[in-house]
Amino acid sequence: MGERAGAALIRKSALILLAPLLLGQAQSPAKPVLIPDVSQRDIEIAYSFTGADLLLFGAILYPKGQAPAESGRTDVVVVIKGPTQSVLVREKEKVAGIWVNADRMRYRSAPSFYAIASSKPIKALVDERTRAIYELGVDSLALSPASGASPDVQRRFDAGLVDLRKRGGLYYEAPGAVEITSGVLYRARLTIPARVPVGRFTAETFLIRDGRVLAAAVRPIDIRKSGFERFVARSADRYSVIYGLVAVALSVLLGWGAGAIWRRF
Amino acid sequence: MDLYLPIANLSVNAFVIVALGLGVGLLSGMFGVGGGFLTTPLLIVYGIPPTVAAASAASQVTGASVSGVFAHLRRDGVDIKMGMVLVFGGVLGSFAGAGLFTLLQARGLIDTVIAILYVLMLGSIGGLMLYESIYSMRAARAGIAPRPRRKRHHPLVAMLPLRWRFYRSGLYISPLAPVILGFLTGILTMLLGVGGGFILVPAMIYLLGMGTAVVVGTSLFQILFVTAWATMVHATTTKAVDIVLAALLLLGSVVGAQLGARFASKAKPEQLRLALAVIVLVVAIRMLLGLAWRPDEIYSVELL
Repeated sequence: MGERAGAALIRKSALILLAPLLLGQAQSPAKPVLIPDVSQRDIEIAYSFTGADLLLFGAILYPKGQAPAESGRTDVVVVIKGPTQSVLVREKEKVAGIWVNADRMRYRSAPSFYAIASSKPIKALVDERTRAIYELGVDSLALSPASGASPDVQRRFDAGLVDLRKRGGLYYEAPGAVEITSGVLYRARLTIPARVPVGRFTAETFLIRDGRVLAAAVRPIDIRKSGFERFVARSADRYSVIYGLVAVALSVLLGWGAGAIWRRF
Repeated sequence: MDLYLPIANLSVNAFVIVALGLGVGLLSGMFGVGGGFLTTPLLIVYGIPPTVAAASAASQVTGASVSGVFAHLRRDGVDIKMGMVLVFGGVLGSFAGAGLFTLLQARGLIDTVIAILYVLMLGSIGGLMLYESIYSMRAARAGIAPRPRRKRHHPLVAMLPLRWRFYRSGLYISPLAPVILGFLTGILTMLLGVGGGFILVPAMIYLLGMGTAVVVGTSLFQILFVTAWATMVHATTTKAVDIVLAALLLLGSVVGAQLGARFASKAKPEQLRLALAVIVLVVAIRMLLGLAWRPDEIYSVELL
């Protein structure tokens, strides 16, 4: 009884949440719908912050509440994106025996963080065009270069930027990290490293079958500094003179204090 | 223990940073240098962004030089007038340095220039110190008393107009010479986050001809004020001073500086100079290799 009521409640809330999607699907009632959620909507950066583990989970609702047979089942892809940044990428070249920055390329909106998890390798799920439309996979990001350069050069810089961020743990792919239980419940654990900037992140979930995206949903995640960290960052920005004086006073006091204590022994 | 740095925007192992400060402090106590020339590159190697590293290393040098200045003041080992003139030059230099920093950063050349400056300065000074310490150790072994150096300033310094008396240094020279010297070290402080003691001390002895009794105290005096000033300039312009990082570095370095001073009083000065020369040369060679070898990162990202 209770179980059924719970299921009804989930279905009802799903109906409200996904009403626009459902209306669009009126003609093809065979399409399943997606109810996604994230374990943490707000991530607070405090002194001991070393990154965050996020659990992205949810349910796939099939029409009439029945999971189809193996062949008709869907795959799930989850993507976490950080706030976009305008960046300048520089390329080093050997000039007169030393390596110096030579060529450069501007990007208007490169994501500061990008992680994708899927139930199967993403290239096995959708074709290149679909990947580019939904920005699925680190090779399919829309980086929007600002300077006009030949496609060759641009590809080189794109690869350089993506490779750099991959090695820094800021872009990554986790194929197979989405677990689907009995074809209806899915979950994926993704890690956000400590090096990410603060701001609004998004968690996107895609439901995919036969190379097509059936449903998509977005949940925001806010990452911000809290407590002492926020106080320090804010003071450094707004009261920079006082902040500088405090930094100098701290170093003078510590230096003088250590000398004074030492002389007593 | 992991600790999040609010300005550098990453978490570091607090013990590693304190240990780094301790090691650098040990050297600064032993050799009378600020140690900024080691802190900045080591922080960069650890993954701290270069600007944050240079800005925060400056405040560590301030802390390391404070107790030294007090110790020298008690022994009357600071020529305050000379120090003031040097600080004046240093403040002017820090403005020039800040301008240069922005200019080079816009061209994407700042890292290369910093590395080349390090190689040139550390290489030449390390080489000179190595030569001198080996020479004096040999002379001591052979039983020859080292030739006492005649206290005399460089002819170029004598050519400058306007002369002031610096009683503690025993000099009657143009204040322009220390102003220029202070100016140059001020630029270095802004660019590299170093105090510049390793330039200042030899220049004061060999170019200005200052009495050795006040050289170290006066150079520490200038370093104290110019690094404090550089911290202020960084705090208000680049906003890259990470007070948590600075506090961790200071914690280690002030203790290290006291320990180092104890060691130094037991060792022979030639041996100390030889050891410092070797350390300086190793850092210089490491930076040179970094310039010449194919770097791990061909691409670098700068936020706009």
